[in-house]
Amino acid sequence: MSLATVRPSACPACEAAPAAEALAARAPQPDARLLVSVPGVHCAGCISSIEQDLARMEGVNSARLNLTLKRLSIDARAGIEPQDIIARLERLGYDAYEMDAGTISMTETQRQGRDLLMRVGVSGFAMMNIMLLSVAVWAGADGPTRDLFHLISALIAIPTVAFAGQPFFRNAWKALRAGRMDMDGPISVAIILTLFISLYESLLSGAHAYFEAVVMLIFFLLVGRYLDFRARAAARSAAQELAALEVPRAIRLEDGQESTVNVTDLAAGEVVLVRPGGRIPVDGVVLEGQSEIDRALLTGETLPVYAATGHAVSAGEVNLTGPLQVRVTAAGKDSSLHRMADLVANAESARTRYTTIAQRAAAAYAPTIPILSFAAFIVWYWISGGDLRLALNIAVASLIITCPCALGLAVPAVVTAASGKLFRKGLLIKDGSALERLAEVDTVIFDKTGTLTMGTPVPTNLDQHPAEAVSVALALAEASSHPLAQALALALRDQGATPAAVEAITEQAGYGVEGDWQGRRVRLGRAPWVGAEPHSMTAAYLAIGDTTHAFTFTDQLRPGAVEVVQALQAQGKSVRLISGDVLAAVQDLAARLGISDWQAEALPQDKAQAISDLHGQGHKVLMVGDGLNDTVALSAAHVSISPASALDAARAASDMVLLGRDLSPVAEAVRMSKTALKRIRENLWQSAIYNVIFVPIALFGFATPLWAAFVMSISSISVTLNALRLK
Amino acid sequence: MEVLAILIPVSLFLGFLGLAAFLWTLRKGMYDDPEGDGQRILDTRYDDKPKPVERDE
Repeated sequence: MSLATVRPSACPACEAAPAAEALAARAPQPDARLLVSVPGVHCAGCISSIEQDLARMEGVNSARLNLTLKRLSIDARAGIEPQDIIARLERLGYDAYEMDAGTISMTETQRQGRDLLMRVGVSGFAMMNIMLLSVAVWAGADGPTRDLFHLISALIAIPTVAFAGQPFFRNAWKALRAGRMDMDGPISVAIILTLFISLYESLLSGAHAYFEAVVMLIFFLLVGRYLDFRARAAARSAAQELAALEVPRAIRLEDGQESTVNVTDLAAGEVVLVRPGGRIPVDGVVLEGQSEIDRALLTGETLPVYAATGHAVSAGEVNLTGPLQVRVTAAGKDSSLHRMADLVANAESARTRYTTIAQRAAAAYAPTIPILSFAAFIVWYWISGGDLRLALNIAVASLIITCPCALGLAVPAVVTAASGKLFRKGLLIKDGSALERLAEVDTVIFDKTGTLTMGTPVPTNLDQHPAEAVSVALALAEASSHPLAQALALALRDQGATPAAVEAITEQAGYGVEGDWQGRRVRLGRAPWVGAEPHSMTAAYLAIGDTTHAFTFTDQLRPGAVEVVQALQAQGKSVRLISGDVLAAVQDLAARLGISDWQAEALPQDKAQAISDLHGQGHKVLMVGDGLNDTVALSAAHVSISPASALDAARAASDMVLLGRDLSPVAEAVRMSKTALKRIRENLWQSAIYNVIFVPIALFGFATPLWAAFVMSISSISVTLNALRLK
Repeated sequence: MEVLAILIPVSLFLGFLGLAAFLWTLRKGMYDDPEGDGQRILDTRYDDKPKPVERDE
């Protein structure tokens, strides 16, 4: 297998992984672990059919499907490539995408997640145990019994706070050193101060100690943090690890000798060989060879472009039919791919940092906590005529009651519920604030090739040709790797056609395929070459002797494309189509989908310009695109979505990734984001109302630990339930 | 009230037991795929005999 020799190990980052990992105790495995994303799995049947099928596959030791992450991990011998697994899954009827198994960030993410969950667990168990003792105190235990219970509570609470509270202390310290004020500062102060005052009270056999409230606060806040973390981490890892389409390697030709080198090592003037099916690694000029080039990902053009000696080619294009020798004019940083990356970076830095509703709420709320309790302290110190202990107690009570337990859960609970629902429908949210931004969108811009369409041609007029033409065309088409030929062969086979006995078939790279049939010359290829009149639509031309036939093609619509456009228009969004493809193709698609506002032959800069013009007019734009030519637009838009089949650069630039083939989750996401934003607002109001009611109680000195515990749990539970109402 | 001398250590011990069990399940990765684990019950492959133990985990 030639692929196996070109590719590095299946786990490129393994060598880079730190040896300090706890896992290092295990012996190094010669076998590779492959990860494949399978967005279509949903049931027990999927699990057993996939796992059983792969278990029978040669070279696979074991396969396990994670239904929550819709991810298949395979333990296989070194020779097995992800492509083999993906091909096998596709035969079973599942779309699959390769993921990079070795990235350090994933193990790091998992470690962080478990770390947070462990702190949640520790504070949860501590909370329950302290609560057992507290209930006895609230029920009327007093005297030495109460003091004993308080001290035992302190014994549990202090180590728990020291361990489980670390994320807050660390963040608060970081913010303090940077001179910022965020939510973690007041929280840390509240936790530590309450703990100390409670300990002091217990030692002096005071009536009130807030140990359970402190631990409960930590518990609920950690739950919010964990939800928030999980929503971000799951999305981030999956989007990152969908492996890069392009291998950054090239075949260099030196005195007729081929050697595989990194693209970064190439210099201008050197010659590289690009085999059919390979991606052109550099900008350059064709030195030798004829072929056709697929520029869809760079420009959005569906039709391959002819390339021969002297033609310029750019990095990122795919060579289709014949081998090409390309003299490098620009590699690495100077190539057109890199210039695109620079444009993306510019667009991203221009996009002002979006402040989420949670950040705004926290910024407004954070200072009020210490101010209120400090005011309570001063006022009570003055009223009571210098009773320090009373003033401190009331200050601590108001501190702990104002602490934003529900506020910490209000947003993550909704985001988790919404992103979970959307994930099940096949949409992955990479950025937590994307949901909020999506809710504000009023204009949706679609790319054409690869987004609204599958980017694969489908023949349209097969039934208009005589049987002999069909069978000759099939014989010729099967001999070519050109996308039109392959699409034609596939469609004809599906119709049950049989290939004619064409002899001496040869492929003329860049022109087509020819052969002899019943003593006549037959050709399938470009119009001038076969001697046919060019058609206005995309077509492959067949010549049998002197008679010619034109097989026309159209680009297949992505499933759900019609529905998504209709649904978005029904929701009152203005839908636009901007494509780099030629006018006729774009016009045709716009008409089919009912989009009146379209633009063809747009350069990447034009797309980004259209978006910034709309932003200038006060519109908020959702960009849906997949190509390299979309990346600038994707990063310039208010919020962006790309399909999983998109280039990794496009996926990286977008906020959400469509996992399946179907486009319809886009409309669903827009609708869901509106409801989610409504729930978030409701939750913020709810937690504010709890504070409005209970803060005065605390300030007037009526608050007891029982009140604090009651308010915290009831407000946390009510915001969580409200989030779960999301449909 | 002497019974407290027994009950409190017992409740603390049980709490620790629960915590230890939770940490054990966490380390074993039992929360990695809650949905899949729920669906796997419906799998009929190991109804007659248990699944053979794999060498890792």
